[in-house]
Amino acid sequence: MSKNKYWQSFGQLNATKAYTEDAANEFKEELPFEMDDNGAKTPRRDFLKYLGFSTAAATLAASCEIPVKKAIPFLNKPADIVPGVANYYATTFVLDGDVIPVVAKVRDGRPIKIEGNELGFTKGGTSQRVQASVLSLYDTARVRFPMEKTGEGFKEAPTYEAVDKKIAAALTAAAGKQIVLLTSTINSPTVLTVIDEFKAKYPTAKHVTYDAVSYSGIIQANEVSYGKKGIPSYHFDAADVIVSFGADFLGTWLNPVDFAKQYAGKRKINEKNPTMSRHFQFESMYSLTGASADERYTHKPSELGAALLALYAKVGGAVTAPAIADKRLAAGIDAAAKELLAAGGNAVVVSGSNDVNAQIIVNAINDKIGANGKTVNYGTMLNYRKGVDAEFEQLVADMNAGAVGAVFIHGANPVYTYRDGKKFADALKKVSLSVSFNEREDETTAECKFILPDHHYLESWGDAEAKSGYLSFIQPTIHPLFKTRAFATSLLKWSGSTVADYETYFKAYWISKLGGQIAFDQALQDGVMEPAAPVVAGASFNGAALTDAVAKLSAAKKGGKHELVIYQKVSIGDGKMANNPWLQEMPDPLTRACWDNYAIVSPETAKEFGYATQAELDEYEVNPPKRVLKITAAGKSIELPLIIVPGTNNSTIAVATGYGRSEKVGRAAKGAGQNIYPFVGFNGATYEYVVADVAVEKTDKMYDVVQMQTHGTYDNRVEVVKETSLAVFKKDPKYFINERMAEIGPYGGIDGLEEKGTLYPVFDKPGIKWGMSLDLNLCNGCGACVVACSAENNVSVVGKTQVGKYHDMHWLRIDRYFSGDMENPDVVFQPMMCQHCDNAPCENVCPVAATNHSSEGLNQMTYNRCIGTRYCANNCPYKVRRFNWHDWNGADSFKDNQNPLVEYGRLNEVTLDMNDDLTRMVLNPDVTVRSRGVIEKCSFCVQRLQEAKLTAKKDSRPLVDSDIKTACQQACPTNAIVFGNVNDKESAINKVRTQEGYNRNYYVLEQIHVLPNVSYLAKVRNTDRTVGNHEEGHEAHGEEKHEEKKEAATEAAH
Amino acid sequence: MNQPNLLLRKSFTLCLFVVTLLFAGNSFAQDGKALFQTNCASCHAVGKKLTGPALAGVEERGPWSDRKKLYAWIHNPAGFAKTEAYAANLIKEFNGILMTGFPGLSEKDIDAIIGYINIEATKKPEGPAATTTADQPAEDNSLLFGILAMVLAVVALILLQINSNLKKLTDEKDGVVRGEPVAFWKNKAYIATGIILLFLTGGYLIAQSAIGLGRQQNYQPEQPIYYSHKVHAGINQVNCLYCHGGAMEGKHANIPSVNVCMNCHMAINEYKGEKIFKEDGTEVNGTAEIQKLYKYAGWDPTANKYTSEGKPIEWIKIHNLPDHVYFNHSQHTKAGGVQCQTCHGEIQKMGEVYQFSNLSMGWCINCHRETNVKFKENGFYSMYEKFHNDIKNGKMDSVTVEKIGGTECQKCHY
Repeated sequence: MSKNKYWQSFGQLNATKAYTEDAANEFKEELPFEMDDNGAKTPRRDFLKYLGFSTAAATLAASCEIPVKKAIPFLNKPADIVPGVANYYATTFVLDGDVIPVVAKVRDGRPIKIEGNELGFTKGGTSQRVQASVLSLYDTARVRFPMEKTGEGFKEAPTYEAVDKKIAAALTAAAGKQIVLLTSTINSPTVLTVIDEFKAKYPTAKHVTYDAVSYSGIIQANEVSYGKKGIPSYHFDAADVIVSFGADFLGTWLNPVDFAKQYAGKRKINEKNPTMSRHFQFESMYSLTGASADERYTHKPSELGAALLALYAKVGGAVTAPAIADKRLAAGIDAAAKELLAAGGNAVVVSGSNDVNAQIIVNAINDKIGANGKTVNYGTMLNYRKGVDAEFEQLVADMNAGAVGAVFIHGANPVYTYRDGKKFADALKKVSLSVSFNEREDETTAECKFILPDHHYLESWGDAEAKSGYLSFIQPTIHPLFKTRAFATSLLKWSGSTVADYETYFKAYWISKLGGQIAFDQALQDGVMEPAAPVVAGASFNGAALTDAVAKLSAAKKGGKHELVIYQKVSIGDGKMANNPWLQEMPDPLTRACWDNYAIVSPETAKEFGYATQAELDEYEVNPPKRVLKITAAGKSIELPLIIVPGTNNSTIAVATGYGRSEKVGRAAKGAGQNIYPFVGFNGATYEYVVADVAVEKTDKMYDVVQMQTHGTYDNRVEVVKETSLAVFKKDPKYFINERMAEIGPYGGIDGLEEKGTLYPVFDKPGIKWGMSLDLNLCNGCGACVVACSAENNVSVVGKTQVGKYHDMHWLRIDRYFSGDMENPDVVFQPMMCQHCDNAPCENVCPVAATNHSSEGLNQMTYNRCIGTRYCANNCPYKVRRFNWHDWNGADSFKDNQNPLVEYGRLNEVTLDMNDDLTRMVLNPDVTVRSRGVIEKCSFCVQRLQEAKLTAKKDSRPLVDSDIKTACQQACPTNAIVFGNVNDKESAINKVRTQEGYNRNYYVLEQIHVLPNVSYLAKVRNTDRTVGNHEEGHEAHGEEKHEEKKEAATEAAH
Repeated sequence: MNQPNLLLRKSFTLCLFVVTLLFAGNSFAQDGKALFQTNCASCHAVGKKLTGPALAGVEERGPWSDRKKLYAWIHNPAGFAKTEAYAANLIKEFNGILMTGFPGLSEKDIDAIIGYINIEATKKPEGPAATTTADQPAEDNSLLFGILAMVLAVVALILLQINSNLKKLTDEKDGVVRGEPVAFWKNKAYIATGIILLFLTGGYLIAQSAIGLGRQQNYQPEQPIYYSHKVHAGINQVNCLYCHGGAMEGKHANIPSVNVCMNCHMAINEYKGEKIFKEDGTEVNGTAEIQKLYKYAGWDPTANKYTSEGKPIEWIKIHNLPDHVYFNHSQHTKAGGVQCQTCHGEIQKMGEVYQFSNLSMGWCINCHRETNVKFKENGFYSMYEKFHNDIKNGKMDSVTVEKIGGTECQKCHY
């Protein structure tokens, strides 16, 4: 059987019939003519009726007068606002403890796009959640005014003053009992001082920090090992060897944007002297970070302690490590230990475990290898998470005992995220005053007596201290949309402060601290204030608790047949932003599924649950329904569909948090997935996100999980990703060039292909020729670009039902390719968007010339000319063209015109949400909103290109690189994307293609002579293994392919 | 088969040629006009004394016949006034107000401005008369031809009828037996011809009006305040950019906010100029219109202060582009140096504004085909090496907007 070396699905791997058929059909369905037994449901007569009606309607509409439009200028125009010209304000994305300095683009008073702040420590990087946060501002489910619970439910409170009075009275009544501020991590210096003032006013007041996903293990371990209760900062940019035990530091762990930036610094290849950091990943499920790793090993979730101890022993720790049965894993630990020791302190070990003992061992290892004070920095502490689990457990106990008189909840949502939400809800009922400051009526807020909604961060004043000494400022970019009030203002009011509100407090605080208005204004304008260089310091390691930790880890309970891992999805995380349609529709990098959570199992385990034969697997791949598993542990059970991910440990079942929200959370979150938080365990000190023994049974039920992986396929064209190992690349820098030459050599070679590879003339590109380069070595698949693209280009959200019909609209997708064996495959991510081919196959087949080529090398799409034949999509070798099967955007034709489609089940409710007048404020006014029946695709952010050219023209100077950044390029935390004018010899893109990246540069499907304007830099993995499709070595490459073809031919003959 | 096409193309080219000729006259001295309006018009008029003297015949006065002196004066009035008594007197005459210096204007620019002033000074008197006489006959002719065609058609019909009657008579005479004559309204040939004619004219009209859907050339809605561009931009020579500053900065030219109106109208509270008439002949009370403005602004003219909150004026938007069109004013004004009047017509002569151009795509494209970019002047175009070489080698003499891709779809549609 002919096997593809890189595969997106099992079907592709084995070239099955179902897969081949699926790939052959560009469009999943026939034209939407519904047939029943008597023939077409829509017969000719109906057709004529509709034709007549629509002609009449069109005539009627045309004879109407053109509506009168009004132009209403300001009464008093502020000097710095020009309608139609965007303003940019530096502010800071803050979500619970997450802090990322950003710049908000404000058009005509509305924030419409978030970019990273290049002055900040994240150096302009963003995450999917940062990009999506602007949509949350316009979330229809936000609480719009203060509310008070009456008999039946919440009712609007007349004014904040009235509420303040009631709360003040209740606070007096609660005297003697505890008054608790229950918040998610707060790292704002001013809010913390406000809280201190509040505590001073009410002596019984207490501040409890509760994080949805806890990092208590690290915090407490550092207290034990170093006397520092907190999280040190890590320097992945200084680490030549990185060993991670399940820490998804590129995806979800602490601040992935910061870490990804650091990590990328050591992964960027300098072709003259190629070096890279070496990354070992030990984990149970396939994480985003694992996908970037050079060497990846899986272990049972319960085996973590043993693995850590084994590594500790190998790096010289005085412990007897438990034996590790898995030979591959044991060898991996040996190799990691050897390299850690050799790195001379330029190495780091991290673990995603929330177990104090495991983290103590991690500290011990880091101390042993000399990382303490080098890559693990106790001089600058991270403030992202501060919750200590035992404190929250104590609080729940106190509340149940009736010792708490008042609870103020900000950011936290324990009814949903706590392991026993009902217990917390019951406890809350015993507290006479409960106030929530959350922005929506989430599960916890619903149980409170008052809701005093806080502003969205884009409406707020504030500050944040992400790491000690690293300050970021928040300034409002829009007047509060609703009657909301800052959390700290409420506290100030109740503590009887003389300061009227938080804004005044905040300004006074910083003006006095910075020494004047000018310094303050400057700080606001920059958005950040950071030390010139990070303070790096070690701490003295206290090994006293080590013996105890080793003993406890060694005695850890052995896992059962199936073990549950609770993880955070890259997009949804802990579920705080679950009602964000952009995040919900962003496919998970590994599973490529969206709108749900599910139980991830390995292909081996799947056999047990009904996916053993090829036919069953085919069924699994091509159709959305997946087998539902029932997972039971400690009396709780949950039913979830299974998703097969190769590279998952065979005893592991992994389920993501953040799903299964209550109806009030919003229309996007509603009905998506199940809540896995109840399965979180508590070991007396910290929460455990691993359940060592769960019972799993197969049910008869099926459940639709929509995945985008197999939507676009390259049919049977040769591999589109190129990869090799660092060793091979060092030995043979021309490796990729030779590979390319094998394909295109006879047709003019690399330089002559355009001219000699075709009969057609070569067209001039005077002035500008746009080009993009993507470095597969830097891309970690996080998906920030996907959301950024949606935000910039008004890309429609289609909802789960339509994704299931392959109708997703993303202009930019990140393809995930597996290679290697089924147990331990490697993963390569490849962002794929319109390649803007200079010899584009789509352009030739358009009957109305709606898609054609510009003199700047853009493949242009003209929506108002498109008649929707979809020939172009069919002829696109990269499968990047998207068809508007429905009027996703309502187009204002008439009111409620989408409601029937939603009721009928064609569309999901999220479409109504996206069409709400409030939500539509997020639309970019420079980009047309597409209507039904037209094709769309990546435009290289042409609106930005045009604007950049105009700026240069106005300044009467040539275009330079800094003028133009596409949305994906700007969002990327690792700078994997380079874009610019190829004709400009000084441009980065020209340098990448002709100098810096010359040896790794390649074009996807170059041999079909479509002349793409998007190039890729091949991936290099720092490993001694042979990677990708080059098992037989490079020399044999040509022959191998030849053989493959022959095999395929015999196959076909059968 | 090719013949009609060729004819059509030829006649189209001819039309285009004629149109080009017509426009070519207008574009003469455009640079001087632009420079005059951006730099001089706020203080000077050609034929009228404003803050500064009228500029008509400037070259014949004082030292200005010497161009060198004029340059020196414009570049540095204060310096020049010290050396030349005429200039010093001029300052005295205008209450000691010294002209603003324009060191940025090159000598070529100043020449262009003088050129414009000279043309303007000579053409002023017969200007409007010439246009009316040019317009009138065209309209009359078409009407005349129409009536003539109708008359001819009726005559032809009558003749045909007579012809058939005569034929009938001769037939009867010859003894040819024919059926009962068919009345002409039942005659199939007539009916067929009629239907075909109806179909053709109907089709033509439908196609024409379909093309015109959403277009609103000559649209002139009644605005909440009778604001006369003629009074402001024409007679009083207020620079367009004073109110529509956005035109140089961004996408929208922007209707000025009320505070911009009040900058002047705090002082100007009555209208004393010549009478203003609406299109239908009714007279407009300028002072009453200013009062309306005060109401919007919340200004009390007697107390001379703002007394109420005010509210923005809901102007009716005249120029409406479809949503799928991206248009940026600054692209045309600042980068392209196009005059407001090129698209908006002689706005300084309009009472209430109407839409001068049809704003159709064909209209945009035509202009992009014919207009040259500032290829040598603007540093941006230094990137187009090939064109620079071609110009050097004499292969081309100018670069149109089209040449740099200005007629491609995604320059306006994205």
